[in-house]
Amino acid sequence: MLSSFAVQFLNGLAGASALFLVAAGLSLIFGVSRIVNFAHGSLYMIGLYVACTAAQAFGKGPAGFWGAVLVAAFVGAALGAAIEIAVLRRIYRAPELFQLLATFAVVLLLRDAALYLWGPEDILGPKAPGLEGAIEILGRAFPAYDLLLIAIGPAVLAALWLLLARTRFGLLVRAATQDREMVAALGVDQKWLFTGVFALGSALAALGGALQMPREPANLGLDLVAIGEAFVVVVVGGMGSIPGAYLAALLIAEIKALCYGIGTVNVLGTSVAFSKLTLVAEFLVMAAVLVWRPWGLLGRAQAAVRAPGPPEPPLRPIGRGASVALAALVVALAFLPLAARGYPYLTVLAIDILIAVLFAASLHFIMGPGGMPSFGHAAYFGLGAYGAALLVKGLGAPMEAALLLAPLAALAGALVFGWFAVRLSGVYLAMLTLAFAQIVWSAVFQWDEVTGGSNGLVGIWPSARFADRSAYYLLTLAIVVAGLALLRRVALSPFGYAMRAGRDSPLRAEASGIPVARVHWVGFALAGLACGYAGALFAFAKGTISPETISVGRSIDALVMVLLGGVQSLAGPIVGAATYTSLADTIMRATDYWRALLGLAILALVQLFPQGLAGGAARLAARLRERAR
Amino acid sequence: MRPLLEVANLAKAFGGLVAVDDVSFSLARGELLALIGPNGAGKSTCFNLISGQLAPDAGSVRLEGRAITGLSPRRIGRLGVGRTFQVAATFASMTVAENVQTAILARERRVFDVFSRAARAHRTEALALLAEVGLAERADAPASTLAYGDAKALELAIALAQRPRLLLMDEPTAGMAPGERGALMALARRLVRERGLGVLFTEHSMDVVFAHADRILVMARGRLIAQGPPAQIRADARVHEVYFGSGRLLASPAG
Repeated sequence: MLSSFAVQFLNGLAGASALFLVAAGLSLIFGVSRIVNFAHGSLYMIGLYVACTAAQAFGKGPAGFWGAVLVAAFVGAALGAAIEIAVLRRIYRAPELFQLLATFAVVLLLRDAALYLWGPEDILGPKAPGLEGAIEILGRAFPAYDLLLIAIGPAVLAALWLLLARTRFGLLVRAATQDREMVAALGVDQKWLFTGVFALGSALAALGGALQMPREPANLGLDLVAIGEAFVVVVVGGMGSIPGAYLAALLIAEIKALCYGIGTVNVLGTSVAFSKLTLVAEFLVMAAVLVWRPWGLLGRAQAAVRAPGPPEPPLRPIGRGASVALAALVVALAFLPLAARGYPYLTVLAIDILIAVLFAASLHFIMGPGGMPSFGHAAYFGLGAYGAALLVKGLGAPMEAALLLAPLAALAGALVFGWFAVRLSGVYLAMLTLAFAQIVWSAVFQWDEVTGGSNGLVGIWPSARFADRSAYYLLTLAIVVAGLALLRRVALSPFGYAMRAGRDSPLRAEASGIPVARVHWVGFALAGLACGYAGALFAFAKGTISPETISVGRSIDALVMVLLGGVQSLAGPIVGAATYTSLADTIMRATDYWRALLGLAILALVQLFPQGLAGGAARLAARLRERAR
Repeated sequence: MRPLLEVANLAKAFGGLVAVDDVSFSLARGELLALIGPNGAGKSTCFNLISGQLAPDAGSVRLEGRAITGLSPRRIGRLGVGRTFQVAATFASMTVAENVQTAILARERRVFDVFSRAARAHRTEALALLAEVGLAERADAPASTLAYGDAKALELAIALAQRPRLLLMDEPTAGMAPGERGALMALARRLVRERGLGVLFTEHSMDVVFAHADRILVMARGRLIAQGPPAQIRADARVHEVYFGSGRLLASPAG
């Protein structure tokens, strides 16, 4: 028993090293540039791919293996520098959400680049020469390579410390982490400092990937897995703190290893599989740390970095004319299936668009009036969808009941996650919500017996009454319109005003007697509930759901829809979702490389309108006025 | 009658730095009390200890006899302490009237009402408050378009919407033009009289302090070194000492 724990402890140390390499780079880049680099996980993935290919080319032998690892690190550095120069350098002044979107566009581009270069099949790398075997520790076999990994983590930590403490570059990095404006004011050329930091951070990520060669095959899903884990580590350790990242990596990896070590245990007559609790453990660690220290173990409190966009105009109730026009539009939409008789796909697409509209509107509700950018909104969509599917498949509930009750699962999820999320703001909130969504995703992915794992659940069809496409379309239309009307009503209610008051000036709102955190929590939960309806509708529309329903990609879809339409108006998400869904549908059917195209579209959006679409439109209007003069 | 605000032996240290050291004073209804001192004297800390932004290490704060020491700013606000901030804090995405309506809705505990129309709630009362601070004309303008002096006046209206007994104003005239300063302080003076409010304010402008305060508290290095009516403070040798060069400001009547 004791020896088993000792081996698990060593396993934890090895896991911590791998986590640390990725997280350290992410933390370093954030500390200096204040950019949360989504593409960091992609560099990890590319590092692993490059190392596998290079090792194959270099042939067997230690020189081939370690040469490949080095090549991967250099490719990572070059790629990181290129990303910084080509994409990020132009948008340091843009609102932080746009920066995050831009780095996510890079994720999409790199994913398709990897698909193009290496194909969709997993690639298995070589074992490290001389370290293939196992060493006996306390009578148990332990992989020799993992012992090396254990040493690499602290070695990199020490090297980074020396670099930061003893070199001019390190001095500048530390200074910029403390106060970027001051460093600029002292005449330091920030451009190359930033490029250098990106190259270094990216090299660490690629190195982390390359070192996984003997442990896991290179595959296209690694980017988001890596970034999700790195986010948790960085948030727990404190953003911008390298020792914090190591401490957090150690804590998380050891607790996971402990869960594996305990295995299945009989607790009060029921057997509890601790090995399946690893993800929950990760979540609990993060939750505990954030409650105790909201800025991470070694992080320091930072002022909310909310980019001051253009002031938002006050909400106005829509006029009589506009209400009549809206009612007419809804009636017209109700007749769409009749018009689309000869072209049934139109009804299918229309259902997709309606669901997307409710999904985006529910995100906008907390992102706009609440000022809480959730990067994991897919969690509530997925909870609604899986809730509905499980009610029908598992409990044999009729569709109508499932549709009504399933969103309560999303509500429950939003209540739990929201309680933590509303304590943070800006990037921290975005990262935390993303981590929560990843946890839901992993839970669904791993819990084979209930959720069907990666295969998902099939045969979730509407009841006989709504089996016809047109009938289901009308049901969807009714629920979505009702949802939008309610969200709008709430936004214009005293509660909606309190939510905006808390966003505009938390200090003023609290002093006026508004419990800001509680108001935002309830807002978060309401958005989760509305999103759950979108998810439940989605399940019956598709008939099949898989973990893809909860993927990061879906969360980002919602963000793009909201940003596309404009955060500042209640109609924004509706326009954005309709445009985006029809566009994505067209691209997706045209090419296998739709991710890259989507990425390019997002980059174009971000580069053309660095102040956001609303800001861009305002600027355009101002320029036109000037010309008219 | 109990004083409106009673501060006793208040203390707060940050690490080794004692920011507020054994400060005691009281404030009566209808009184305009100024808190002055050189930079770093501990005025803002003292202020934040009273309004609940910070929790004191020792000492007590009482509002009409009730201990409010260490309560959250929200609780303290609810108990009848309104406050304005050094940099005017308003709700930028709302109209001027909606700013005040939101504060009234919070006072009426309707924050979790998700169904009625906020824009129609308590509008008459909000307009009356705006008229008092001279912003009736701008009621339907977006708050983000107000000039700075008007934003300060709006903040005052928001604070009044809570029906406070005590008003805490942190540098109420900072960033305002000289003409506006006099107008805002005259307004505060009128409120004190009409509503029987007590006002505690910090201020850098000595003109404002000596022209408008009933009584003045002087802090230096965390301690309260003098308190009394303006004439007495002007004559106080210790006060001259802490202000050194700027002591000249105190030598002759302001203006």
